[in-house]
Amino acid sequence: MAKNNKKAEETVTPKGRLFEYAPAPESPAAAGDIATSYGHFIGGEFVDSSGSEALKTVNPATEQVLAEFAQGTDEDVDRAVAAARKAFTDWSALPGSERAKYLFRIARIIQERSRELAVLESIDNGKPIRETRDVDLPLVAAHFFYYAGWADKLDYAGYGANPKPLGVAGQVIPWNFPLLMLAWKIAPALATGNTVVLKPAETTPLTALRFAEICRQAGLPKGVVNIVTGDGRTGAALTAHPDVNKVAFTGSTPVGRAIAKQIAGTRKKLSLELGGKAANIVFDDAPIDQAVEGIVNGIFFNQGHVCCAGSRLLVQESIQDELLDALKRRMATLRVGDPLDKNTDIGAINSAAQLARITELSLAGEAEGAERWSPACELPSAGYWFRPTLFTGVSQAHRIAREEIFGPVLSVLTFRTPTEAVEKANNTPFGLSAGIWTEKGSRILWMANQLKAGVVWANTFNKFDPTSPFGGYKESGYGREGGRHGLEAYLDV
Amino acid sequence: MSTVAANALGAAGGGLQDVAASEASLRRFLHGLPGVDAVGLEARAASLGTRSIKTTAKAYAIDLAISMIDLTTLEGADTVGKVRALCTKARNPDPSDPGAPRVAAICVYPDMVATAKAALEGTDIQVASVATAFPAGRAALPVKLADTADAVAAGADEIDMVIDRGAFLSGRYLDVFNEIVAVKEACKRPDGTAAHLKVIFETGELQTYDNVRRASWLAMLAGADFIKTSTGKVAVNATPPVTLLMLEAVRDFKAQTGIQVGVKPAGGIKTTKDAMKYLVMVNETLGDDWLTPHWFRFGASSLLNDLLMQRQKLTTGRYSGPDYVTVD
Repeated sequence: MAKNNKKAEETVTPKGRLFEYAPAPESPAAAGDIATSYGHFIGGEFVDSSGSEALKTVNPATEQVLAEFAQGTDEDVDRAVAAARKAFTDWSALPGSERAKYLFRIARIIQERSRELAVLESIDNGKPIRETRDVDLPLVAAHFFYYAGWADKLDYAGYGANPKPLGVAGQVIPWNFPLLMLAWKIAPALATGNTVVLKPAETTPLTALRFAEICRQAGLPKGVVNIVTGDGRTGAALTAHPDVNKVAFTGSTPVGRAIAKQIAGTRKKLSLELGGKAANIVFDDAPIDQAVEGIVNGIFFNQGHVCCAGSRLLVQESIQDELLDALKRRMATLRVGDPLDKNTDIGAINSAAQLARITELSLAGEAEGAERWSPACELPSAGYWFRPTLFTGVSQAHRIAREEIFGPVLSVLTFRTPTEAVEKANNTPFGLSAGIWTEKGSRILWMANQLKAGVVWANTFNKFDPTSPFGGYKESGYGREGGRHGLEAYLDV
Repeated sequence: MSTVAANALGAAGGGLQDVAASEASLRRFLHGLPGVDAVGLEARAASLGTRSIKTTAKAYAIDLAISMIDLTTLEGADTVGKVRALCTKARNPDPSDPGAPRVAAICVYPDMVATAKAALEGTDIQVASVATAFPAGRAALPVKLADTADAVAAGADEIDMVIDRGAFLSGRYLDVFNEIVAVKEACKRPDGTAAHLKVIFETGELQTYDNVRRASWLAMLAGADFIKTSTGKVAVNATPPVTLLMLEAVRDFKAQTGIQVGVKPAGGIKTTKDAMKYLVMVNETLGDDWLTPHWFRFGASSLLNDLLMQRQKLTTGRYSGPDYVTVD
């Protein structure tokens, strides 16, 4: 549009003063009782660790300690794997329709306790209640419902008659979607007849431990689900355990690589869902207002702590100014602050370590010559916070265009033609997701065929559904989670 | 007709003076507007609908919403008595609380304008009249212009016209444009002032969001002071996504031309909760500039009583119930 856009920007600023939203806080008490210290969940019981080392989990919005939890030892892992092995015999022998009953029951309990789980997740993780309530929890329940439906239909999943489970699955999950990643791991494993030992991330163990209560509430046979907490040492002990048949990991590419090395030469089956540096590609014929929403959702959803985040915006040069004006105007309306306020759009960064990494990479962006912009917004004094940030003038060589930042930082690059867009989008060691924004259907199909990414979204971004497989190309990992494809990772096929 | 068109656009500026020079140029312009992705638009409207408006913010929003209402009666059964009763309600919406804000306007058929005008004597409540063979708009242009002129002569402060949806849907954009320009001309009074012109699209008949964006730009280019969703007389009236789209259109139009245009969703907005969602959309799409009755209105009849009940609840702490607001 016209040149006077610049001037007009000053006259149309939706950041208003007249209609200020009063605080609308969700009650922290809705999270239920948080114990002062937690052990592990092994063989259907909450048990103490064999070791004495304890870690602390903090509320990243306040830096207050929420609880202590056990650092799982080799012995703890051994006990958990043994419990899972013991349970495997009966669990895998159950008819699929019986396993489905438990999964349906778990799904329903999750729905019934969704407010409690959403608040607990927000407190432990820092993500806004609006997202835990409207995205995480509905998806968690949906995932259990979906795989419950598969449990008695495995004969028809395309893997031949009567496909067999693998045995004991060792699962290690990240802190960005603690309960959702748990669901992605546990639901297909149980539906296919495996038993599991799951290690939640060391900054977000609380919802996994609450899930253990739900397993008891659902009457799940003892040992089918075991939860061992701790940091990377516990994770390494679990993935290395000789009696684990299947390793599933979601997290960073360096750790994924280490796990792949560790289990190379064993008979363990492995699926990895690792990092990403997704391109969100906006063509000049895109629906601009919706593209802006998609860009915002792509990179600022969950504080940008999303492996498939649209962290590289590739915009066609001819609409760059118009799009960036609109994007900045929209970013100025983002509400950063208390995760429990129902009107918060962007919550707290999950940990001090992650904040340090985001800060370091952003400084590198500036040092390498990219132009940094953030809307004016007040940040709380305590806790870990980072303003939604935009870098323009980014080139493919910049670190912020190559490395996963895993925070609310968007790098903007431009392209001239569809071919150049594809080249730039694919020019990364990662390949988890991509977005295309155009009103031209034929171009969407052509682009989707060219892009080396496990998920390609067209005129939307960060849309998840349990029926849809998710996973990466290249250094974003291998194996698929979700959908019929997600069964394969847990079947001996 | 082209001279009339040029005059209307003269004011617009922003490099748009020649857009309506011909049917072809107008079509090119309207079809060159960015498309609307329906899924994305609806998702954005729904997400704004989850804002939680509490305590002081709620009190502010309720009073603002009341002050933005075009209190409407558009029935074949309308009588002088009915219109007078509605005007009394407009002057004093809550008999139990004289501090309650007044509504923005009364909206009636042209033959009731004089009655409403007299009943509202001495207040700054506007009288809006539908015109141009409302609601279908199926009449010859001279009839529509006479309808408009009659309402203006009777004292209407605002005219709510309907566009010719048949012409729009068959691609005769310039006919629609010229008709708006002509009606705007008919809004002029002998003393040089003019009635405010609201242009109704009947979005439920335009059906697609692309059509709504095109109609918005068409009407704004032709000189509309307000763009309005619906007549309230078809199955689908104002919806949050359609209104959000129109808010985006007036935002973009101001960015390009410097001219500010108002927005009026009408029909189907019945509860305080609904009204809040609309105000949140205005707040987060347009901001302070539009948060006044001068630039945003609700076309509604039953909404007022629900707002009053919620207002009573906030002031007294008790929910009074429908017997404590007046039915007019």
